[in-house]
Amino acid sequence: MIVYLDTPNFSYNLKPWLGVGMPSKLLSGNEAVAQGAWEAGARIGVGYPGTPSTETLENLVKYPEVQAQWAPNEKVALEVALGASYGGARTLFTSKHVGINVAADPLFTMAYTGVNGGLVMLVADDPGMHSSQNEQDSRNYAAFAHIPMLEPSNPTEALAFTKLAFELSETYKSAVFVRTTVRVAHAKEMIELADRNSTELLPVNRNPKQWVMMPAMARSQRVVLDEKIAQLRQYAETFEHNIVHFAGTSIGVITSGVSYHYVREALPDASILKLGMVYPLPADKIKQFAQSVDRVIVIEEADDYLERSVRALGVDCETLPVPRRGELSPELIKSALGVADESIISDPACDLPLRPPLLCAGCPHRPVFYALNKMKALVTGDIGCYTLGAIAPLSAIDTCIDMGASIPMAHGIALAQNPDITRPIIAVIGDSTFAHSGITGLVNTIYNQGGGVVCILDNRITAMTGHQGNPVNGVTLGGQATTELDLVALCNALLVPRVRVVDPNKLDDVIAALDEESSAEELSVIIFRAPCALLSKQFPPAYVISESACRGCKKCIQIGCPAIVWDDTTKKASIIPDACRSCGLCAQVCTFEAISGSSEVE
Amino acid sequence: MSVTTIMLCGVGGQGTILAADLLAKVAASCGYHVKLSEVHGMAQRGGSVSTVVRFGDEVQAPITDAGKVDALVAFEVTEAARYLHFLKPDGALYVNNTIIEPLAVSTGECGMPANLVDRLAQRGAVFVDAQELATAAGSSRSANVVLIGALSNVLPFTCGSWEEVIANRVPPKTISANIDAFHAGRDILIRSGQ
Repeated sequence: MIVYLDTPNFSYNLKPWLGVGMPSKLLSGNEAVAQGAWEAGARIGVGYPGTPSTETLENLVKYPEVQAQWAPNEKVALEVALGASYGGARTLFTSKHVGINVAADPLFTMAYTGVNGGLVMLVADDPGMHSSQNEQDSRNYAAFAHIPMLEPSNPTEALAFTKLAFELSETYKSAVFVRTTVRVAHAKEMIELADRNSTELLPVNRNPKQWVMMPAMARSQRVVLDEKIAQLRQYAETFEHNIVHFAGTSIGVITSGVSYHYVREALPDASILKLGMVYPLPADKIKQFAQSVDRVIVIEEADDYLERSVRALGVDCETLPVPRRGELSPELIKSALGVADESIISDPACDLPLRPPLLCAGCPHRPVFYALNKMKALVTGDIGCYTLGAIAPLSAIDTCIDMGASIPMAHGIALAQNPDITRPIIAVIGDSTFAHSGITGLVNTIYNQGGGVVCILDNRITAMTGHQGNPVNGVTLGGQATTELDLVALCNALLVPRVRVVDPNKLDDVIAALDEESSAEELSVIIFRAPCALLSKQFPPAYVISESACRGCKKCIQIGCPAIVWDDTTKKASIIPDACRSCGLCAQVCTFEAISGSSEVE
Repeated sequence: MSVTTIMLCGVGGQGTILAADLLAKVAASCGYHVKLSEVHGMAQRGGSVSTVVRFGDEVQAPITDAGKVDALVAFEVTEAARYLHFLKPDGALYVNNTIIEPLAVSTGECGMPANLVDRLAQRGAVFVDAQELATAAGSSRSANVVLIGALSNVLPFTCGSWEEVIANRVPPKTISANIDAFHAGRDILIRSGQ
C-alpha cells in the first residue's frame, strides 16, 4: 500500500522563470538572499566578508530602506544583529561557514534568549574548499545550538526561504539559519521579484528574565528553548517545503540542498523526500516516507548529518559508498549506485602545469615574502590574499590556520624553545584580519612579554573577498569614508616596544626593517603599508628587460610575478607589457641592471 | 527533456563571468530555463577558472560532469586542454588563440606539453584570435564578447536577441564596439573557411 504523503503529481517549483506579472532577474543565491531579506522588510544587515557569502551584504546595502554594515568579525556582527533584533528590527546576519566558529559564543546563548525582531542568519558552506581552509558542515551547528535551519536547493528557494525564515523567526521567537553551499550561493537563475513588505519595528519590552543569561534565568530560558524546539518539530511535519516527490516504490532518496537537484538529474525515477528544513527534522514524515519505499538512500554532501538523524529514528538507510569529502555531482551519484553511463569515459589531462591562484603583478605583499624567503624566516601566516605567499617560488609561509592565528602561534612557537628552530619567528597578518582577530593576539604577546616580529600587511582593503572596506582603511560597506583605525596609535597604546611603518614597494627598506627588527630582543610590529595593486587603474608604463643586458640568472623569476616569463630557448626573461603594474620589484632584484621602467629606456 | 550545457574556462580575470552572464541572459530571454554556476574568491587571483551555463526545458544541476558539455569555450589554450575532458565526443570547441603560461612554466619549474594545439585540433577546435578581433572592433577589452560570438554559431538564439542582451549589459559607450566584437566572433567560421 503506497502512502501518498503529498500530491504525487509533482508540481513544486515548476517553471517559476515563466512567471507572469512580476519582473524577473538573473540573481545568484547571495543576491537572492539579499532580495528576500529586503522583501521581508529587513531593516538591518550585518556580517563579515567571506567566500561564498560576501555578495549578500554587498547587495543588501544597495536597498535604501536597509542599513547594512560590515563588522570587524562575525562574533561582533552577530551581537550587533541580536541587538538590532532586541530593538525590534528584522535583521539579516551573513557569514561563511568558518565565521560561525567565531560567532559561536553569542550563537549558543541567543538560542536561550530568543529574539524580538526577526533574525535570519545566512551561513554559506564551501564543500570542496574552493576558497576556504576546511569544509565543516554548518548543519551540525543548528542541531548543536538548537537554532532552526532552512536549506534552499537553488537561488529561487534562497529568496523564498529567507522570507519564510523571517516569518518563522518572529513566530517562534528564535533566530533562524538559512544554510547555502557554494553551488547555491554562486549559482544564478532567473527569479521573480516581489515588492517589499514594510514591517513595523516590534515593541521593546524590558524583560531581564529573558535577556540576562545568568544561571537562574538561563535555566528557565532553557525550558523555553526546549518548548520552542518541540513546537518546531511539530511544525516541520507539515512544513510546506519538506516535500515528497513520489515516483515509485523501488528507491526513496532523502536529501536536501543542491544535492536534491543532483538526485533529480541522476535518478529521475526515484521517489524523493526533499527536506527544506534540516533542523528540526520531521520524524514522522521521514518514517512514513521510509515505509513507502523498498530502499531508503540518504544522499547528502559533507557530513553524515541526515544519515545519523534518520538512523536515530530507527530507520535503516543506505548511503553512497563514496568518501565524505568534496562535492557531489549527478554522475558521482550514478556511479556510486552502479547506474553510470559507461559509454562516456573521459579522463582529465594529467600532463598540464597546474595553475593555482597567485599574488597579482604589482602586489605590495610580494617584496615582503621575497625578503622573508631570503632570510629563511619561520613565518606564521594568516587568512587573506597574502596566504598565497606560501606558493612557490615565494614559499615563505609555514602555517595558516584561521583568522588571527598568526600572532598567537608565533608566540607559542617561541615558548616551545625548541633548539630545532633557529630561524627568526615572524607573524604575518593583513589589515582586515588584524582588525578581525589579530588585536587580542597582540595583547597576549605583550601581556606575556613575548618577543618576535609581527608584520601587518596593510594594503588598505579586504582584498581576497573582492575589495571590501574595513576598520583599517576607514571605508564602510556602503563606500563612505569613516574613522580609520590608526594602527600605529593602537600599537603605541598597547605599549608595543618597537613600531615602524615601511613602504613594502622599497625592497631595501623591507629587508633592512626585517633584519633590524628580527635581531631586536623586544616585540616589534612592522606595518607594511601600500595599496592593493588592483585598487589603481592607472600605472606608469610597463618595465622592460633589456635582452642584451639580461644574463638569464632568473633572479627576477624568483619573485613569482605573473608578468615575467622565462624563454627556455633564448634563456632570457621578459615582461608582458599588458600584465605589468610597474611596481619595479623585478628591477630592484636584478643584479645586472637589465630591467628598467619604459621611460628610462632609450 | 533536453538540456544544453556550455562551459567557459580560462584564467581568473579574463572575463569569463561576464560572458557567462550574457549567455544566461540570452537563453532566459528566449524562454529557456537557465542555471549558471561559477566560483569566486581565491581562484580568481590568476588561477584556473570555469563557469557552467545550462539551459533547456527544465535544468536540475547547476554544474556538469566530465563528458557532458555540448560546447566548451576556452579563453586560453592551456585551460582548453585542462577542461577538455568535460566536452562530449562530438561537442563544439572554441579556443582563444592565446597562451598564458602558468607561473610554474615561466619560472622554468616545468614545461608545457608540446602537442597542446594538436590535441585541441584533433577535437575539432576552432581557434579564435579574440584579442586581435576585439581590438579591430574598437574595444580591446571585449575578447570575451568575440568568443561568445563564435559560440553563438552553435546556439539557437537570434542575432537580435544577442544584441539586445549585450546592449543591456555593457557600458553605454561601448555598446556598438561590443556588438561589432560579437559579430567578429560570429563570422569566424566564414573567415576560417569552415
